[in-house]
Amino acid sequence: MTVAGLAFYLFAISAIIGGFFTVVARNPVHSVLWLILTFLSAAGLFVLLGAEFVAMLLIIVYVGAVMVLFLFVVMMLDVDFAELKAGMAQYLPIALAIGVVLLMQLGIVFGDWAQAPGAEAARAAVTPDGVQNTAALGLLLYDQYFLIFQLAGLILFVAMIGAIVLTLRHRDGVKRQSPFAQMMRDPAKAMELKDVKPGQGL
Amino acid sequence: MADFFYNTNLGIFLLIVGQVLLIVVPLLVALAFLLYGDRKVWAAVQLRRGPNVVGFFGLLQSFADFIKYAVKEIVYPAGADKFVFLMAPMVSLVMALIAWAVIPFNDGWVLSDINVAILYVFAVSSLEVYGVIMGGWASNSKYPFLGSLRSAAQMISYEVSIGLIIIGVIISSGSMNLTHIVQAQDGNYGIFSWYWLPHFPMMFLFLISALAETNRPPFDLPEAESELVAGYQVEYSSTPFLLFMIGEYVAIVLMCALMSLFFFGGWLSPIPGLPDGILWMFAKIVFFFFIFAMVKAITPRYRYDQLMRLGWKVFLPFSLIWVVFVAFAARFEWFWGAYVRWTTGS
Amino acid sequence: MTEADLNTILPEIVLSLYAIAALLVAVYSGKDKLAGPLIWITAALMAVLAAWIGFAEPGTHLAFGGMFVDDGFARFAKVVILVSAASVLLMSRDYMMRRGMLKFEYPVLVSLSAVGMMMMVSAGDLMALYMGLELQSLALYVVAAMRRDSLRSTEAGLKYFVLGALSSGLLLYGASLVYGYAGTTLFSGIIDAAGEGQTPIGLLIGLVFVMSGLAFKISAVPFHMWTPDVYEGSPTPVTAFFATAPKMAAMGLFARVLFDAFGGVTQDWSQVLALLSLLSMFLGAIAGVGQTDIKRLMAYSSIAHMGYALMGLAAGTAFGVQAMLVYMAIYVTMSVGTFAFILTMERDGEPVTDMRALNQYAKAEPGRALAMLVLLFSLAGVPPMVGFFGKLYVLRAAYEGGLAWLAIAGVIASVIGAFYYLRIVYYMYFGEEGETLDRGRTSMPWVFLMGSAAVMLLGIFNLFGVEGAAITAAAALVN
Repeated sequence: MTVAGLAFYLFAISAIIGGFFTVVARNPVHSVLWLILTFLSAAGLFVLLGAEFVAMLLIIVYVGAVMVLFLFVVMMLDVDFAELKAGMAQYLPIALAIGVVLLMQLGIVFGDWAQAPGAEAARAAVTPDGVQNTAALGLLLYDQYFLIFQLAGLILFVAMIGAIVLTLRHRDGVKRQSPFAQMMRDPAKAMELKDVKPGQGL
Repeated sequence: MADFFYNTNLGIFLLIVGQVLLIVVPLLVALAFLLYGDRKVWAAVQLRRGPNVVGFFGLLQSFADFIKYAVKEIVYPAGADKFVFLMAPMVSLVMALIAWAVIPFNDGWVLSDINVAILYVFAVSSLEVYGVIMGGWASNSKYPFLGSLRSAAQMISYEVSIGLIIIGVIISSGSMNLTHIVQAQDGNYGIFSWYWLPHFPMMFLFLISALAETNRPPFDLPEAESELVAGYQVEYSSTPFLLFMIGEYVAIVLMCALMSLFFFGGWLSPIPGLPDGILWMFAKIVFFFFIFAMVKAITPRYRYDQLMRLGWKVFLPFSLIWVVFVAFAARFEWFWGAYVRWTTGS
Repeated sequence: MTEADLNTILPEIVLSLYAIAALLVAVYSGKDKLAGPLIWITAALMAVLAAWIGFAEPGTHLAFGGMFVDDGFARFAKVVILVSAASVLLMSRDYMMRRGMLKFEYPVLVSLSAVGMMMMVSAGDLMALYMGLELQSLALYVVAAMRRDSLRSTEAGLKYFVLGALSSGLLLYGASLVYGYAGTTLFSGIIDAAGEGQTPIGLLIGLVFVMSGLAFKISAVPFHMWTPDVYEGSPTPVTAFFATAPKMAAMGLFARVLFDAFGGVTQDWSQVLALLSLLSMFLGAIAGVGQTDIKRLMAYSSIAHMGYALMGLAAGTAFGVQAMLVYMAIYVTMSVGTFAFILTMERDGEPVTDMRALNQYAKAEPGRALAMLVLLFSLAGVPPMVGFFGKLYVLRAAYEGGLAWLAIAGVIASVIGAFYYLRIVYYMYFGEEGETLDRGRTSMPWVFLMGSAAVMLLGIFNLFGVEGAAITAAAALVN
């Protein structure tokens, strides 16, 4: 077995184990940690595919930022996960039914795997030879898929506005600090030196 | 013999292990003396003598500390999540160490010459936060938990501006490979060819963000002893604490190395005519470590809300504007092409 | 990317830049004090853009390698979208201001949502489709929950969001299947792959999932369950918005996907659409009967109307598309008018949505009651009004498309549905004595109420030329 093959099985197995324990772990914090393992393994698989840029982004964005927030939420919120899971038995039949349906669909899809003629030729973004993965991605994003890339930006913009609209509250009557004013303060403004005569007071 | 090391799996494996040891062992030994230097600088600023008992001038103090930590008993707090409790310091140390895989010490002296090196360093340093969060949570205690929350918020906030600062450097050098970035700074004017000049304000922003990212004073809120006793490390003792501490210092030295690679020409000689080489790289790292130590010695601790304000309301917009500026400067070759040195192609 | 590409999407660029600029200006200056003027400016800009798009040179322009299609169909839909969005903005201004719920983000979000809708009807690629759809929906989720202190409104927003995310998931699942089998996300490539007789089964499964996702957005049965709750819970101006522009956009997108990407397999999707249409018409008609809340009633009414519009599409012909477009244009106009009336329904300054509050309304306000009567008759499809011609159009399209049974079912459903529209008329003219509503003021909603009622009456002569535009639009899509 080549090193790459070995690495593939290593990452693939740890991704599956991570995913499995994410679901079955009793402690939600452990679930999140297992999920992190899954993401890291997925990043490893990306590297094996030659998509190192995507792999790094997966780590930076998902593991480095999103999962930290997840961990935050799980640690801070006092969610009774045992209670949440109690309903599982009740919904299990429905979930199983949906799962079976999806599985059957996948079966049909794979059993009848026949691409339309010409599908191979219609592939839009074939990785060009001799160009680094990162550069190739950049060329595609800013040229061929410029429109969609910008639209994705607009969607994030809307999400940001939405988050602020739905949560930001301006409370009245709250004392606010102005760091700039605090920094600009000096002894000359804040203090006054008085020469007090003995026995007289101010 | 050469055939064995280049063509068989076992040989390649042994070769890599050898290279890893070649980086890690000198790094850890150097760290012992850097730690000593840190304490000496701090002591000097405060008009104390610092460590001066073990060995000549206390030079062996770090090793004595190491043995002391290593032989003590590990104390587990009641109700601690043992597995996560022990994982945390290991994560902290491992993440700090593996980032060194892509740091070039000289032209070609790099363990793994990958083309997304910057992203790799960035990704690994964004993982360091897990050591702190896991440690704080697993201790099952108030102060560590508060400390870990603070630290997570702080590290994520400053990662954003570090990312944007790095983008400016990437635009200027047209590559994410650290070796290429240093090569792009090679010019006829020695020290004045380096990126600190065109990216002048960003150099300071990077230094400050690096302080915040590594939880160094004045941004050591996660372990602020006057408020949180020692933050996420309260419940740690013995070897796990040692791992945390080494991890923290390795991360600091890494930041020093990045600082010299991004803005100060890595192994390049500051004076035209003198030979480039690994010694320059070491000198620069030690210099920036000295700066880190001085900052620790002379600045008071920030208030937490001001720390957040600085990160989000000052650094983030400024570095964002700088990215736009650098993009224009590179595209239209302003300032005699100082911002566009694409020596290496794509 | 070239200058020609950017020129083609110039209206969208202008609107999104305006939204960004408006947000910046408002945040750094007056905040909510600027909301009133912003609404005027937004509406004016939308009207200008609508005119610009409407009078643009005819013909089909492709941009970004076919991802964006600017043709007669897209222009027709965009004009309807922009005009209806502008009308809803104008008539909701007063209502929102008096209740202190007018935030400067509202016009900004509505404009961004409109950008999303414009992208939807111009989509020439599965990815562009999804991006447009998400941009539109995300903005709508937020405005639905805009009154965050009201339990109802937040519930509506959350329900809409969760179910909307589910439908997006369905759509994406389908889109990925389509991509997997066709090898491309471009509609022009998919239509080659999905020709008659050689279509892979995976492609059809993908098509069904995409259709389910889209049916959700137009609230066709069986994907309608979110509609009544969201309509009832959202602030009334937002409900008015939901009932107009997004419906047109989703319908346009539906037609665009079916004809541009799957035009070769009309038989396969036509039966699915016929079923959706049948269920929607009957559920809308029957479930609406028991409602007492007028906003809920309008939700069921919109479900039924979507059924009729789908009937036109199900025919699978150019005439069917034309019928759908005319029907949607009429429906949007009627909705604007009806919601303008609902906006003025208040007692002691508080908004009322219970239908029984309309008792004896005609005595107090004969003019408004008459206008509402016209609109309701039109919604029900009573002959002299324009709504009747819309129905006639789609029924004819279905009949000519070989779906005579569907046309007959449509007639039956429309008779059932007429009951609840007429019940409102009954309340207004012959209801019991009781507490009455406040006297309405002559304001923006009044203008739109009267305007749309007048359109319902006067339009019977030539439909204001909508027909001709619809013919051109349908010809651009189906060829």
